[in-house]
Amino acid sequence: MCIRSGKGWTLALTAALLAATLLLAACGGASPENSGTITVAGSTTVQPLAEKLANAFRNTHHDVHISIQGGGSSTGVKSVANGTVDIGAASRELEESEQGQGLVTHLLCRDAIAVVTHPDSVVTGLSARQVRGIFAGDITNWSQVGGASAAIHVIAREEGSGTRAAFEELVMEDSLITADAILLPSNGALRTAVSGDPDSIGFLSFAYVNETIQALAIDGVTATRENAVAGTYPILRPLYFLTLGEPSGIVKDFIDFAKSVEGQAIMKAEGYIGVG
Amino acid sequence: MSSRYFVDRSSKAVVVLCALASFLVLLAIGVFTLREAMPAFGETGVLDFLFGTTWRPGQDAYGILPMMVGSIYVAFLAMAMAVPLGIACAILLAEVAPRYVRRLLRPAVELLVGIPSVVYGLVGMVIIVPQVRHLGGSGYSVLAAAIVLMAMCLPTIISISEDSIRAVPRSYKEGSLALGATQWQTMWRVTLPAARSGLIAAVILGIGRAIGETMAVYMVIGNAILMPVSPLDKARTLTGNIAVEITYAAGIHEKALFATGVVLFLLILVINSVAILALKRGVGGQRVG
Repeated sequence: MCIRSGKGWTLALTAALLAATLLLAACGGASPENSGTITVAGSTTVQPLAEKLANAFRNTHHDVHISIQGGGSSTGVKSVANGTVDIGAASRELEESEQGQGLVTHLLCRDAIAVVTHPDSVVTGLSARQVRGIFAGDITNWSQVGGASAAIHVIAREEGSGTRAAFEELVMEDSLITADAILLPSNGALRTAVSGDPDSIGFLSFAYVNETIQALAIDGVTATRENAVAGTYPILRPLYFLTLGEPSGIVKDFIDFAKSVEGQAIMKAEGYIGVG
Repeated sequence: MSSRYFVDRSSKAVVVLCALASFLVLLAIGVFTLREAMPAFGETGVLDFLFGTTWRPGQDAYGILPMMVGSIYVAFLAMAMAVPLGIACAILLAEVAPRYVRRLLRPAVELLVGIPSVVYGLVGMVIIVPQVRHLGGSGYSVLAAAIVLMAMCLPTIISISEDSIRAVPRSYKEGSLALGATQWQTMWRVTLPAARSGLIAAVILGIGRAIGETMAVYMVIGNAILMPVSPLDKARTLTGNIAVEITYAAGIHEKALFATGVVLFLLILVINSVAILALKRGVGGQRVG
């Protein structure tokens, strides 16, 4: 008896799967105006943001399927230029070699990165060059940058982190982050570590700055949201959607949604600097 | 009668199938990991992979020696602290403590197993790392990781040691005491040697747990790819290496992480096999050394 009921269960499952497949197939054949698939690929920083936007977008466009993949900004640029995807995602400006292919950039928002220390640190600001020297391992003592004599504990994010990639691109230029750096897996872990160590320095997304840590002024510009919005804070990068030519149809709808008040609110909630 | 016979046979088949499934899972994991890892071994060369000291995916350099040293260093340092503590606790529970103490302590020890490792990591980061910092360095160190692991391995060591001490026949102890040995002499010269194989197994399973632990260690060891010398140095473990990099690895880099997994898999397989052998020997013939 036990076995018979097992068989019944399998049968029911098969039937359900079959029904689901048929239902999906039926959905695929709905009107072309408000349905279809949008493919997005590129920056892993934009990826989670694009997923949040896509989820909200589907509330009003039930029949649109949005497929979002990572791969990095360069992949995003390449894929959209050769037509593999509808939208490329990039978390940097287009390079010279990438321009002139008919790519249109749609600025979603900006992302700012704060360089942070323990709140008790007497150093409250550094130049970009000093930050680079510290993270490259050339400056190893706080006394070299105006603090008390103590070894600097450099804390960074793991390789592959979008924040790290942006920091390397915007601050490190051609230098590498020192192999001696402590690597932590998330913005939150890094904040906990910095708030517990008076000699530490780290970097994290603006969204994670709170009173347990101190965000340093860079080149004399304090790390505030206002300065980031104004564009004077230097460690700032754009997040772009890219299309080949002007977008149309549901792709245009999706990009317009991202730029709309609702879309911008999602980005601000994630801690990004809105542009709307 | 025939239906009862049928139920009997089919339930036996189900049990055999389940048992087989767990073996198949082990086999599947092994085969899959190895298959994914082969290109990395091919590209880098097995010896260069195992004994290379630079791991720089950007430059296609994949040497895991610093991580192997890190894993083993942390595990053995943790054991150096956990074994005396664990065996002492086991002796207390098995021989010395009155029943009510045991009733209180044993569940407390077992509860340690249930704490998620990320909680151990967090406690390590907020409490142990700053304490270690007083000794020098940044605090994120092999020592901090070993202290966290010590706490995590204690339950394994205590419960297996206690069981093996209890399994020592009463007659051994009575004989020793009757010959005029003190309690301490009996414990040290008779009971512990008789329980030796169980104690060895406890230690080896503890090492296995220490090498396999990922998250708690990840949070307190600093993860810098350096060859650790002093216990206050930062290091990276094999498990940590996979956890840090797998989210963005692609191509040969990803294969190299699978290869790291293969090394880890073999390391733990060897350790567990030794533990099983040690336990088996205990069953075969317990002798007073």
